[in-house]
Amino acid sequence: MVKDSLSEIGLPRRKPPKFTAERIDMSHGAGGKATHKLIEGLLLPALDNPALAPLSDAATLYYNGVRPVFTTDAYVVRPLIFPGGSIGELAVNGTINDLAVSGAIPIGLASALIIEEGLETSVLRREVEAMALAARRAGVCIVTGDTKVVERGKGDELYIVMSGIGMAPHGLQLSAASIRPGDKILCSGTIGDHGIAILIARGNLELEAEVRSDTRALTPLTTALQEAAGDGLRIMRDPTRGGVATVLNELARDSDCGIVVWEERLPVKEVVRAACEILGLDPLYIANEGKLLAVVAPDVADPALYAMRSIAGGEESTIIGEVHSEPARMVLMHTEFGGTRMIDMLIGDPLPRIC
Amino acid sequence: MDHWIVHRQTRGRIGREMKFINEFRNAGLARAVAAEIEAIAPRDKRYKIMEICGGHTHTIYRHGIKDLLPDRVEMIHGPGCPVCVLPMGRVDDGIAIAERPEVILTCFGDMMRVPGSKGTLLEVKARGADVRMVYSPLDALRLARENPAREVVFYAIGFETTAPSTALTLMRAKKEGVKNFTVFCNHVTIVPPLRALLESPELKLDGFIGPGHVSTVVGCKLYQFICTEYGKPIVVAGFEPLDLIQSILMVVRQLTQGRCEVENQYTRSVPWEGNLQALKCMDKVFEVRPYFEWRGLGFIAQSALKLSREYAEFDSEIRFDTPSVRVADPTSCQCGEVLKGVLKPRQCRVFGTRCTPEHPLGALMVSSEGACAAYFNFGRKVTDREMDRMTDREKVGV
Repeated sequence: MVKDSLSEIGLPRRKPPKFTAERIDMSHGAGGKATHKLIEGLLLPALDNPALAPLSDAATLYYNGVRPVFTTDAYVVRPLIFPGGSIGELAVNGTINDLAVSGAIPIGLASALIIEEGLETSVLRREVEAMALAARRAGVCIVTGDTKVVERGKGDELYIVMSGIGMAPHGLQLSAASIRPGDKILCSGTIGDHGIAILIARGNLELEAEVRSDTRALTPLTTALQEAAGDGLRIMRDPTRGGVATVLNELARDSDCGIVVWEERLPVKEVVRAACEILGLDPLYIANEGKLLAVVAPDVADPALYAMRSIAGGEESTIIGEVHSEPARMVLMHTEFGGTRMIDMLIGDPLPRIC
Repeated sequence: MDHWIVHRQTRGRIGREMKFINEFRNAGLARAVAAEIEAIAPRDKRYKIMEICGGHTHTIYRHGIKDLLPDRVEMIHGPGCPVCVLPMGRVDDGIAIAERPEVILTCFGDMMRVPGSKGTLLEVKARGADVRMVYSPLDALRLARENPAREVVFYAIGFETTAPSTALTLMRAKKEGVKNFTVFCNHVTIVPPLRALLESPELKLDGFIGPGHVSTVVGCKLYQFICTEYGKPIVVAGFEPLDLIQSILMVVRQLTQGRCEVENQYTRSVPWEGNLQALKCMDKVFEVRPYFEWRGLGFIAQSALKLSREYAEFDSEIRFDTPSVRVADPTSCQCGEVLKGVLKPRQCRVFGTRCTPEHPLGALMVSSEGACAAYFNFGRKVTDREMDRMTDREKVGV
């Protein structure tokens, strides 16, 4: 059945952190340091197995010579509809993306709906149609599911749990451990759009702005990138909760390398940057739902970039940084102003329930 | 519309401001200013300049300004982060109010993670208290209107920067006759702690970068005592990186020319006399407390505000019983020394080990404007370089 893949993946085993919090608070759901502690300190010790151990977006299983890739995700976004998308579309795209960045083509989705008593049928119908449309666009079907209704006040209109299964090409090896100094870090477009769109859509800030969520399926991008970069592709990630900063830190930590990025090369929409300035947020920590971060060998960086730019949703792909040997396990940014600073993982929770 | 952010009430467009901001982040100009500092600062001298305001500390680290300065111009981080100087006893009082079942406690986001002796507001929230983050005291007042059966408390913190917005909110609450709204007032004032710092025998500073936002309210002339009584120059600065580096140049220039004055770099926002209308509102709503405890600095006379008699009905401390117990900082925590600029954050014995932004032991680690959190988040690489230059005694924080 599942054979020990740790040696193949070559990930160093880290000492699990202790989970000492007496209760779960909102920061444990933010995707940053506290979430890491919860997963590595509480979940992993209890559930530990070779497929789970790399803690990647999706688990690669081994069965009779085939390699299905398996993932699941829960969606609790509020409000249900936001500029650029809605919870149903987000659930389908987000789950597909976890498979896509693992190098897999999705072959089936399963969805569980947790519905609050009193939800208008029209809202539910709209979201189910959004799910169907997003799945159709990505060429995959929702093949099974479950429906539960909870009493009024015990849920917030609608939660969706979406699982997905996909198939990875034979021999594909993507892992942070393969990252080498000199590698380039590619980003498929502007960062922070989703988080800021949600924040503004909530309407409790006295701000209005035309920011749309970037939710989209990444499969076309990841497929094109895999073809263009071949063996030079080290790893792909989608920077959702915790943002680009948290993913870069995970990559630095898991590769034992240093990651250097240039502030001036980070693609950020002017309106997102303005919103972040006003609210005291940093776009590096804001969630994305349709962006790809990839690490590639330097010799394939140009063809990889060219391939990504030729795909819808990847037109603004750019190299945002590169891998150095120092500072090991850290992320360093050259600021536009001419200085340097460290970038840490997300701590605390700037915006709860964004996906 | 695409490039605009619109303020809903005023319909004012904010997006245009970004151009304005970009101009203050020009790397070429920054290098020119840095070169001038390098040229005029005498090579045989070391200048220690304190930026009073936490916002400036944040800017220094976020933009890597330290990398542009010559080693002989050193920035010391001051006490101007209102979250950081709040003593644990006041956090406990806030938590005690939040734990009352009828209360919705509202506060700014930073406040949620400040540790009191029995945990943080975030933890109390996880235990069932109704704690909500707001961006403005007016949001808290709106919550009070929307929840007439609940008691809505606004946990007010901040220097004269935020005090006027609390004052205006209270004036509105009074006018509208809102009965279920109170303010837990922790507003502090900028001058008394500066005086306390200047009186501290451990302090060896050459000049100050004056706080920008506070000065938009209080003006500049208030700082003249720093020059006349203590002989130190001060330059009130804006918050963009170019503002800061220009202000540092202005301080260094005063020092090299033997001048000692209050200068205003932030003229686009700070009037010399301050904002008289805001000061008038504050006078109406607040009165000065005889004394107030500052974390790390101890009790400072007349350094904080409470609600005036006219507004006593809106005072949370009167409406609710608060324990009001003074709680000593953990003995391992050296926030006080760091606040006074005696220790660098890195030299604190628990920095980065028992005290991290995730689990802050001391207040300086909590807010992104706190010196330790800024050091930890942005500056560790820089401090490594500094560590190399330090003597062993300095490294262990002796």
